[in-house]
Amino acid sequence: MASTDSAATDFSDDLPAAIAAEERHAPAGTGPWRIALRRLRRNKVALAFGVLFLVLVAVSLAAPIWADEVAHTTPYQNRIADTITIDGEERNIVAFDGVPIGPTWHGEYFLGADRNGRDVMVRLLYGGRNSLLIGIGASIITMVFATLLGLLSGFFGGWLDWIISRCFDVMWAFPVILLGVALGVSLNISGITIGPLSLKSGSLWIPTVIIGIAYVVYLARPIRGQVLALREKEFVEAARAQGMGPWRIMLTELLPNLASTLLVFFPLIVANAILLEAALSFLGAGVQPPEPSWGLMISEGIEFLTSAPHLTIAPGIMLVLTVLALNIFGEGVRDALDPRAKIRLEH
Amino acid sequence: MARFIVRRLVGMVLVLFAVSILTFLIFNVIPNGDPAVRMAGKNSTPAQIEQIRKEWHFDESLPQQYLFMMKQIFTGKLVSYSDQTNVWEQIRMGLPRTFALGIGAAILWMTLGIILGLYSAVRAGRFSDRVLTVLALIGISMPVFWVGALMNYYLGYKLEWFPNGGYVEIAQGGIGEWLYHLILPWTALAILFIGVYSRILRSNILDTINDDYVRTARAKGISERRVMTRHVLRNSLIPIVTLWGLDFGLVIAGGAVLTESVFDLQGVGQYFAEAIGRLDVPPVMAVTLLGAVFIVVLNTVVDIVYAVLDPRIRLG
Repeated sequence: MASTDSAATDFSDDLPAAIAAEERHAPAGTGPWRIALRRLRRNKVALAFGVLFLVLVAVSLAAPIWADEVAHTTPYQNRIADTITIDGEERNIVAFDGVPIGPTWHGEYFLGADRNGRDVMVRLLYGGRNSLLIGIGASIITMVFATLLGLLSGFFGGWLDWIISRCFDVMWAFPVILLGVALGVSLNISGITIGPLSLKSGSLWIPTVIIGIAYVVYLARPIRGQVLALREKEFVEAARAQGMGPWRIMLTELLPNLASTLLVFFPLIVANAILLEAALSFLGAGVQPPEPSWGLMISEGIEFLTSAPHLTIAPGIMLVLTVLALNIFGEGVRDALDPRAKIRLEH
Repeated sequence: MARFIVRRLVGMVLVLFAVSILTFLIFNVIPNGDPAVRMAGKNSTPAQIEQIRKEWHFDESLPQQYLFMMKQIFTGKLVSYSDQTNVWEQIRMGLPRTFALGIGAAILWMTLGIILGLYSAVRAGRFSDRVLTVLALIGISMPVFWVGALMNYYLGYKLEWFPNGGYVEIAQGGIGEWLYHLILPWTALAILFIGVYSRILRSNILDTINDDYVRTARAKGISERRVMTRHVLRNSLIPIVTLWGLDFGLVIAGGAVLTESVFDLQGVGQYFAEAIGRLDVPPVMAVTLLGAVFIVVLNTVVDIVYAVLDPRIRLG
């Protein structure tokens, strides 16, 4: 018999039996959300990584504090010709041959400098803020649009479903990264104004919106499928018989049933959005200099990999830790809410 | 069946048409500066700019410009804005490199994905399974260009075990040099997919292992090894194989752009990346369309194969 304690993931070899056994142990009347929460709470590894993610968010939010109180600089301040004194020894921030100083492990230039003499630690924290902001913002955009389109297309069917589904087909055929790069580069040249919405060149909203749109189809399709199945259920029929309008049925009857799917997807989409932001910035189509982001810092660092590897390694480690934390926590959430779900996103 | 295939083919053409219009619009509706001015250079007279505008049909209406570009694409006369090279010739030069990268990586990730997934499933819950799970999760959390750059630095530059990027044609350096230059790019590109595939296969196997037909096979006294390979693995592999087709299409259609750029393989993806940096619309159009063709064709093939393999699937 398989054990019911799941670690980072389902390690039991008999999952259905394990779930059934667990549901038997729960007292009668325990709701599904409560069972899920209990399962998640027992999953110590997933919780630990969830906490790690929160710590990384908190550290990134504290960027201005570190910059003002410890490093006494800003993420944009160039000190290319200056020197600093470490342990009584005066050293150039950027050597004459262009090699920046490595980690000092002191308040100023804790992780060294980049080729412009900017503080890597400060840029790392501000870059984290930008990467997380874009990742989370993009995922919210994906969620909202995917839910809306999936609901509309699945519930109403007919010509609306036909149009939305054909749009999905086109989006599906677009190579995600090529689309993102093409949009990112063009938008960053002079921005765009559509009605009241205005995207300025270099704005963080550009990568956020692009990534948000790029992932919509991957979530909207499964949601549409789910709505198609839910639409035929008795409780929807009952609501309709009571005279509920279609919008109210979608909002009060269908949406709560989609909540667990959305919750399961959210951390995984954030993880992938952060990776896509890094890829776009690497190709020059995401965050624009001098604004930092982890992907952009890696891209800037790779040129100097042989002389100053810390420029590439430091943002990379932060990025991998964040995405890993989200992936493991996300798997924990999935195991807790919907252990049999099969979820996959493209990069 | 024939009707299903015809319908899919018609749908394919329509989707590609839509993709071409969208890509065209991205560069012609979003303001990105006047290409004629860029092409004329800094010290140009208004007359020269006007001349270029006329020559490259920039003065016509958008639908006319679109038709002109599509005609160029289909007649193979598409020319880059920035250096006036023929786009198809450039793509033809890059394509073997992109395929070499994609096919090699796909074989690598499929093989290792199956071996590790199977091993993980057989040892489910044990220490080795947990280690593999953690490694797979780390693998899917790393950006490919970062891994590639670090491999290049440590294994190529520091230890000098591998060359520092670049691509060698078989005709020039022989198969040995060709392999030697591709090992790092293959590995870097495959890491993510090895993680994904081993995890999916593991959960597929654990799902099928409790099915009735597996119990029947065991009850008949078939050896455990034979049950695993002949019954469990065979059925667990179907979803993986279809996924493999789709992912291969995605890698060829642009997924390889990061790996190619990091290892300087000069494939189609890198061609795209360099063209977009110069806002050179024709190569971007051509590569995007080609990528969409790969994705759509492989999607359709996978659907048809799936329908042939599994008669329960409704053709619609």
